[in-house]
Amino acid sequence: MQGGFFGGGSGGSVCMSTVSMEDNVVMSSEDSSSPDEGELELGLGLSLGGAACFKGSGPRGCQQYARILTAKDLPSKVSVSSSSSTTSSSSTLSRAIATAGTKRTADSVAASNGVASQVVGWPPIRSHRMHIMVNQAKSQVTEEFSSMNKRKNAVEEKVGNKNINSDNTKARTSLFVKVNMDGTLIGRKVDLNAHGCYETLAQALENMFLRTTTTVNMTRLSTPEHKNMIDAKRHSQLLGGSSEFVLTYEDKDGDWMLVGDVPWGMFTSSVKRLRIMRTSEATGLGK
Amino acid sequence: MGPNPKMRKEFFDSTRSSPFPDEVLERVLSLLKSHKDRSAVSLVCKDWYNAESWSRAHVFIGNCYSVSPEIVARRFPRVKSVTLKGKPRFSDFNLVPENWGADVHPWLVVFAAKYPFLEELRLKRMAVSDESLEFLAINFPNFKVLSLLSCDGFSTDGLAAIATHCKNLTQLDIQENGIDDKSGSWLSCFPENFTSLEVLNFANLNTDVNFDALERLVSRCKSLKVLKASKSISLEHLQRLLVCAPQLIELGTGSLMPELTACQYAQLENAFNQLKNLSTLSGLWEASAPYLPLLYPACTNLTFLNLSYAFLQSHELESLLCQCPHLRRLWVLDTVGDKGLEAVGSNCPLLEELRVFPADPFDEEVIHGVTEAGLLAVSYGCRRLHYVLYFCRQMTNAAVATIVQNCPDFTHFRLCIMNPGQPDYLTNKPMDEAFGAVVRTCTKLQRLSVSGLLTDLTFEYIGQYAKNLETLSVAFAGSSDRGMQCMLEGCPKLRKLEIRDCPFGNAALLSGLEKYESMRSLWMSACNVTMNGCRLLAREMPRLNVEVMKDDGSDDSQADKVYVYRSVVGPRRDAPPCVLTLSEVDEASRCDGSPTNQNPSRYELPSWPHAPCRTGLRWAGFSSLRNLFVVNAWEHCVS
Repeated sequence: MQGGFFGGGSGGSVCMSTVSMEDNVVMSSEDSSSPDEGELELGLGLSLGGAACFKGSGPRGCQQYARILTAKDLPSKVSVSSSSSTTSSSSTLSRAIATAGTKRTADSVAASNGVASQVVGWPPIRSHRMHIMVNQAKSQVTEEFSSMNKRKNAVEEKVGNKNINSDNTKARTSLFVKVNMDGTLIGRKVDLNAHGCYETLAQALENMFLRTTTTVNMTRLSTPEHKNMIDAKRHSQLLGGSSEFVLTYEDKDGDWMLVGDVPWGMFTSSVKRLRIMRTSEATGLGK
Repeated sequence: MGPNPKMRKEFFDSTRSSPFPDEVLERVLSLLKSHKDRSAVSLVCKDWYNAESWSRAHVFIGNCYSVSPEIVARRFPRVKSVTLKGKPRFSDFNLVPENWGADVHPWLVVFAAKYPFLEELRLKRMAVSDESLEFLAINFPNFKVLSLLSCDGFSTDGLAAIATHCKNLTQLDIQENGIDDKSGSWLSCFPENFTSLEVLNFANLNTDVNFDALERLVSRCKSLKVLKASKSISLEHLQRLLVCAPQLIELGTGSLMPELTACQYAQLENAFNQLKNLSTLSGLWEASAPYLPLLYPACTNLTFLNLSYAFLQSHELESLLCQCPHLRRLWVLDTVGDKGLEAVGSNCPLLEELRVFPADPFDEEVIHGVTEAGLLAVSYGCRRLHYVLYFCRQMTNAAVATIVQNCPDFTHFRLCIMNPGQPDYLTNKPMDEAFGAVVRTCTKLQRLSVSGLLTDLTFEYIGQYAKNLETLSVAFAGSSDRGMQCMLEGCPKLRKLEIRDCPFGNAALLSGLEKYESMRSLWMSACNVTMNGCRLLAREMPRLNVEVMKDDGSDDSQADKVYVYRSVVGPRRDAPPCVLTLSEVDEASRCDGSPTNQNPSRYELPSWPHAPCRTGLRWAGFSSLRNLFVVNAWEHCVS
């Protein structure tokens, strides 16, 4: 139930795919010196201006030249995840990289547990190209929203990009939130405004998470048994409380709640992100 | 081409008259186009030096601060065409402050006096103001070609000035600049009797252009070969333009947003049918499946297809590629996925260059984009591939080794694994062996960008094997100073080295003292270099400019961003306050452009690493060593 999963789960830990999920969770929480949930949230934040407010972010602070991105030192981030690797060459590397910013404070080392998008000028794409893509995303969302089906992924990505790249404005036509599932390394995003109710949302999530494997290679599960199982339990698997998993969300106050208890409108206005949690861990959640 | 060693020594005794009249020599040398050839030729002897200087029509200056416009003008009196590059490449990624410098204006002022008949100006990463553009337009009556790539500081007002005054303009190429796009009315500034345009590229702009003016312009410029429109040009507009210009060789469409009636669709189909000579197709914003078939008839002779603004799916790409049997260069977005790249491998046997850009680079957690499988598939089908730029989220050592085995002729290998410091995702090992395979197998490699989890071993490999490497970009890599030392000790042809976020410190920086004079520039940011290290470098190497920029709030001893480059004119005087120039040259001997005013101690004859210089010195009867130095320095500095 800790931020360690999310913090460690992004970026570096994702690529250590041979390490088991449990190991990742445990190691990340041991190694992070201060993964305060609030700071992590800033690090992963969708509005990029926010990350500049890191306390103790060390000398790199926020660069005056950062237009779209905030400056966070990535080597420190690498060290956090590298040190959880078991190979000796990597740990030498992580020590070396950890000293790469000797000026950086321990706080910033862990606080910059964000993703690569927090680093100025990385990936190295010309600003011009990024502006073009953002602008294209805007116009395409408003004009092609109806014909989305075939190109769902592409649109999701574009609008997601738009959310990230416009400082504090949320998209008027979509509301993307991240969804992570216990046991899955890579999360997804879902547009809440594309659903009007909990049922369709749950179904969409089931399609996303319960039909595909969790390996980075993304081979699709095609065994007939599994498909039948999914079909049979189509109705509110995640909402019914009867399956192995339960759908929860984090609200504005940082509390984790079960999805489905409040009216839809209230839900969408307060949700920050979703998590498909193991039922066994979901005891004592706020209702 | 170098001096013929069989020629008798007395031939080159400068006290004897040349066997050829000067005019003949100049005429012969004017046929030389390559800068490298010309550099070599100019070192043979004084006559050849002079003849080459007089016959040089095009000057290429790779770093605008390596030399002054006065020196250029004195050396080459008859230049018609100038290419000038300014800011360090990382300015493209917001790592350099906007007021850093590289202002083109001082160059224009000198050129107006010395090259009034200048015809061509190509600028890359320079600061260009509207005033400069107006100055250019007014002062050069023969001006023909303007190309601005990745520049900033100007607006469409500057373009209006160009359009208004340049009566002989043949090329206007505005690419990827930071333009203040005020309005599209600049296009109406071309006079009605203006017909000479051959190249028009305004794809950079966002605002609506005056379409009627554009249409009239295109109809009356019968030699127009290249037209790259901006996104504001609709399909209907496009049809009208194509009807006026079926002779186009390169086309950049506007938006492909679907909005045509059936009749309009048919008309556009016809228009594309007429484009028999098209070799390049780009633009294609908002391309969507129903409208892609419009392009098919024009694709038969395509060699370059730029889909990097089109969010295509794999099957859409495949259908398009089936129409382009002669494709040599392809740029795509990673929305096409590995499946799309398999289609590339199957349909493009002649492919030489592939660039795959990320559609959504900042979102790590959504599954999309391309993987090692995509590039692998391309390498199996496209054995002639020699240029790749590939943004991906996962890669393996084995895949890269296979890719270069399939395509050993890589000259440019730019791999960006977007998550910094990410290892081989299958083995969890560093990506050292991948780049080891690249440099071992690709002996012609000129440009390399590395990424992923990398130890010093990668750089050992690079230093040892990359004999032809000229440009190297390194980010979030290396374990210790040794990594950088390997790069500097090896790589004999290294000219540009850019490093960010690596654990390289002063020892590494200072291990390359001799090397930096043979390079154009070095960039190091977010490494472990300190101010003292930089000061030491500046002190030891007076012919290098050492510039440091500091980040907000960083501590005093850290040198956050370091830019080192050779120069014959000493530290620049236009550096903004945020750029500290470290130099031992005292104020009194600051250069005014003339080498004779230089502090003499800067110009002891150096031990140049390149043999031709020494040979030249031995053969030539140069009247002074200082002149030879300037010649040599010039050749090195501007390349």
